[in-house]
This record gives sequence, structure tokens and C-alpha cells, in this order.
Amino acid sequence: MSAESSPKIVIVDESPIRAAILEEGLREAGYTGVVRISEMQSLLAQIFALDPDVILIDLENPSRDVLEQMFQVSRAVRRPIAMFVDQSDAASIQASVDAGVSAYIVDGLKKERIKPILDLCISRFNAFAKLQDELDRAKSALEDRKVIDRAKGILMKVKGLTEEEAYVLLRSTAMREKKKISEIAQSILTASEMLK
Amino acid sequence: MTASLRIGFIPLVDAAALIVAVDKGFAREEGLDVSLVREVSWSNVRDKLNIGLFDAAHLLAPVAIASSLGLGHIKVPIAAPFNLGLNGNAITVSPALHAAIMAEIDGERLDPMATSAALARVVARRKKNGVEPLTFGMTFPFSTHNYQLRFWMAAGGVDPDEDVRLVVLPPPYMVDSLASGQVDAFCVGAPWNSVAVDLGVGCILHFVSDILVRAAEKVLAVRQSWSEQNADVLGALIRSTSRAAEFIEQPENRAEAAKILAQADRIGVDAEVIQRTLDGRLKISPDGTMRQSGRYLLVGREGAGRPEPVQAAWLYAQMVRWGQTAYSAEALKAAMAVFRPDLYDAALGRRGKSAEAPDTIGAFAGPPFNPEDIASHLAAFAIGRRKS
Repeated sequence: MSAESSPKIVIVDESPIRAAILEEGLREAGYTGVVRISEMQSLLAQIFALDPDVILIDLENPSRDVLEQMFQVSRAVRRPIAMFVDQSDAASIQASVDAGVSAYIVDGLKKERIKPILDLCISRFNAFAKLQDELDRAKSALEDRKVIDRAKGILMKVKGLTEEEAYVLLRSTAMREKKKISEIAQSILTASEMLK
Repeated sequence: MTASLRIGFIPLVDAAALIVAVDKGFAREEGLDVSLVREVSWSNVRDKLNIGLFDAAHLLAPVAIASSLGLGHIKVPIAAPFNLGLNGNAITVSPALHAAIMAEIDGERLDPMATSAALARVVARRKKNGVEPLTFGMTFPFSTHNYQLRFWMAAGGVDPDEDVRLVVLPPPYMVDSLASGQVDAFCVGAPWNSVAVDLGVGCILHFVSDILVRAAEKVLAVRQSWSEQNADVLGALIRSTSRAAEFIEQPENRAEAAKILAQADRIGVDAEVIQRTLDGRLKISPDGTMRQSGRYLLVGREGAGRPEPVQAAWLYAQMVRWGQTAYSAEALKAAMAVFRPDLYDAALGRRGKSAEAPDTIGAFAGPPFNPEDIASHLAAFAIGRRKS
């Protein structure tokens, strides 16, 4: 693929997993010139050295403000313009901010060539957020199970119950109190800690 | 009336009035249900305000103007009906640069003309010896920090675009960058100057109040269209923020205010450091030297809350001086119209400006600022990048 058909894209992201997901997506779509930057020190110098056509940065990155300086530096090789400069496409701006990504495009790259790149970023960023969410949920489920196991242990010891009976007691209490089993289990742990 | 608002802020001490208005319940008493959203960059705050994800924001005064003029980004007219703080920034330099300036100084060390001339000699010597130019950190191209640093060093003969490097750094990275030698100095708001001094990696050279007596810093910003459609809600927001500003300025409330601001989801630094800022009592050197100033950060006192269009005109003049835009009478008018004392007065039932709020910038160098004739005002300054 010639340089003309594949713009050079720089991904600025401190999350290596998300950057990898994004890079993979871009490569699958035929964008071969993708470089990742994860080191924020001398960010501008790194970008000037790479001289990209498109810069993608996540919105949780404080270094976004550093990129804004590119609009000011007259010595810069080429002057980038912000994705949002085109005011006509409000929906696309909204979608990208919601997803948490921002794009800076070097002047001269046609708008219709940017749209698919940004759309791809948005869907990959959303996919990553979903993944993160699932991971968080799995983590908290694991935590819950640990708490419940310990609460069962306490009930078995203090009340002389079997594991099955301890669990039934937890579950029926939770239903009566309209709380989650893990919340009841946590209060048992807290109480037992206090009564030590 | 109950209105739900999302308001963005950057964790800095000059967001105090906004945070206290919400966390102390003043906003709720005005019928506002406010969610404060902590942000990591001014670009994010600007964009989320512009596209309507935020109803209001704690914003750099020059960003409100740049956004209204369409400089650097999309054009969205902004209204600033309340000034969240005057002054509050400081210039901090590495111990090495501090020593170099003090070795060259001819005059009082708090006199910005003396330090600026000394800096010019340090810069000239480095150039002669073929040493790398000094690097200064600031927070954003359209920031008071950028203009304050430039104004100060240019007065002594240092060209900020030719003789030194000025780089944007996110405030939380300032201290590390000074410690690692990536920058030699920076201009930033509280608490970061104090953090650098406490860690022994910097000395506070100037409070910006040494450079400008009265400088608009952060504003409460809303989209102009929103201000028209939500006049009652905006009035309630101005009243609760103003009440918070008055609360913070009572010395007996400072400890409570500092504790509110110190929370992890607000500013998230030690309450003691925040209180020092509010009191204007700062440690300026790792050796423990303290400096007290009644002008360090003004949140509400001396009429600080009322936005003064002359401040917007001064900031616009800096954009022209440093080549961020070419002068036009129309743009000047638009810039001044961003600051809305009329909305402030309407919300608080006050009329006209109070006697205690002087219409002045009070810069240490150059002729008094005259918004009526910016071209000849700027002509008085030797260094600049004016576009014709």
C-alpha cells in the first residue's frame, strides 16, 4: 500500500491493551502505518519526529493539552488541525467524546479519508470500555465469592452449621432484608471483626 | 425549581468557589442538583462544554475568549458571568536557576523588573557559552500562565519565542518535570508551586500578583446560548457560587473549606497546603522561607467575583501581542462581551460596579492598559509577534 493510500497514524495512549486493540483494528482495516506512543515525556518531540498525518489520543490523558500546542508552533513541520474543526459533523464529535477518544489531523488529509479511521476508533474504544466493564464485574464477583466463603466459615464455626445450612441462612437473610448475599456476608465479617 | 447540572472542573484551588457551592449545599438550597465532574485536561473541559456534555465549567479565562473567537478550535460563543479567581499563579524555578538569577540580580528579589533583567543576563550568558536554552513550562497555549510568563520575561529583554523554550505541561506533571530537569521553571496555579517547594525541587520566584496587580484567572463558563435559555438556573448558580466565595474568604471558615477541597474526588491534595494558598501564606523556598501576601489568590474579595470586560480586553491584547490572532476591533468587542457583569449584577441584585473593584490590570511594565487603543498600547512593547 502506498503512503498516499495509508496515512501515518500515531496512537497516544498510556493503556497498552487499548492501544494494541486499536492498532490491530486499524491494521485489519488496511492502515499499515500505525505507531504507538506510551511515553509522555517529550511527547511533542516524538510526534514531530514521526511526522504523522493523524494523531489519536484518549480523553483520559492529561497530555492532550500538550498536543494543543501544535497549533501554536510555527516552527512545526506541518500544522495539524483538530478533528473538531469541522463543525458540520456534530454527531461524530459527540460519538467520539462519548467513547473517550480525540483525533488530530494534519492539514491536507481529506475529510472522507478521516471518517472511517475515527469510526473505527470509536467502535474499538467502546469495545475496550465494554471489556473493561466485564473485567471489573468479574473481579467484583470473585471478591463477593471470597467474602461469602469467609462468612459461611464463621457461621459454621459459631453456630455449628454445615456449609449448606450456612449458605441457606445467608440467602434467606438477604431475601428478608432485601440485600445482596455479599452485603449480608460483609456485615458478618465486619461484626465478627468487631467482636474479636 | 430543581435543575440538574453537570459541571466540569480541573483540580486546582481556584475551583474552590464552585466546589464549596456544591459540597456545602449552597447550590442545593438554590434548587440546583449539581454533579461535579473532575477532568484531566483543559481541552476536555472546553470540548465537553462546547458540545453540551457539560452545562457549565471551571475554565481558563483565555480559553473562554479563544472559544468565543474560534481560535485554535471550533467557535462556540461562551458567557462568563462569574470570575472564580483573580491571580493565584506563581512562577517557580529550579534551585539552580534561582541561584543563577540571584547571582545576577540588581535590585529587590521581589521586583519583577530586577528578576527579569537578571534572567536576560542568565539567558545571554548561556547563549554565549553554547548551553541549551532554558525551558519554561506552562499549562495551555491560551492560558494566563503563558501570557504572565511572556509578559514578565519580555520586560527584561528575553524573547519568549527565540531565547527560551515555552512548553505546555499538564499541571500534575509540572513538579516531576522540574525535578527531572525537563523544565527549568514553570508558571502554574495552586497547589503545584507549593508541592514543588515542599519536595525541595523548586523556589517560588514570583506570585503573579508581582507582575499584574489584578489578573482574571478562571471563570465560571457557560455556552452563551445556554445562558439565554436557562437564565433562572444560571442566576441560581451565580448566587450559590458567590455565596461560596464569600464563605471561603472568611478566615474562620478556611479550615473547613480546605477540608472540603482536599477530598480525593475534588482537588485531592493535603488540606494544609490548600489552606496556605487560601491564606496567601506560602513557603517559597525549601529552606523554609515564608512569604505572606494579601494578593496571592482572590476568591470573591475586593469584588473579584464580578467579571470585568477590561480583563478580557487585556487577555485579547496578549493573544494579539504573541501572534495567536491578528487584531480586529470586532474581535476585541466579541472578547470583551464574553465577560458578563450584567448577568452577575442581575443574579445578585447589584447594580453597577462596586467601588472596591478598581478597573485596572496594574502591570509592572509598560504604559497603563487602555482597551480603547490596543494597537498603540502594544506598540510600547519592544518584543512581540504581532500579525498585521
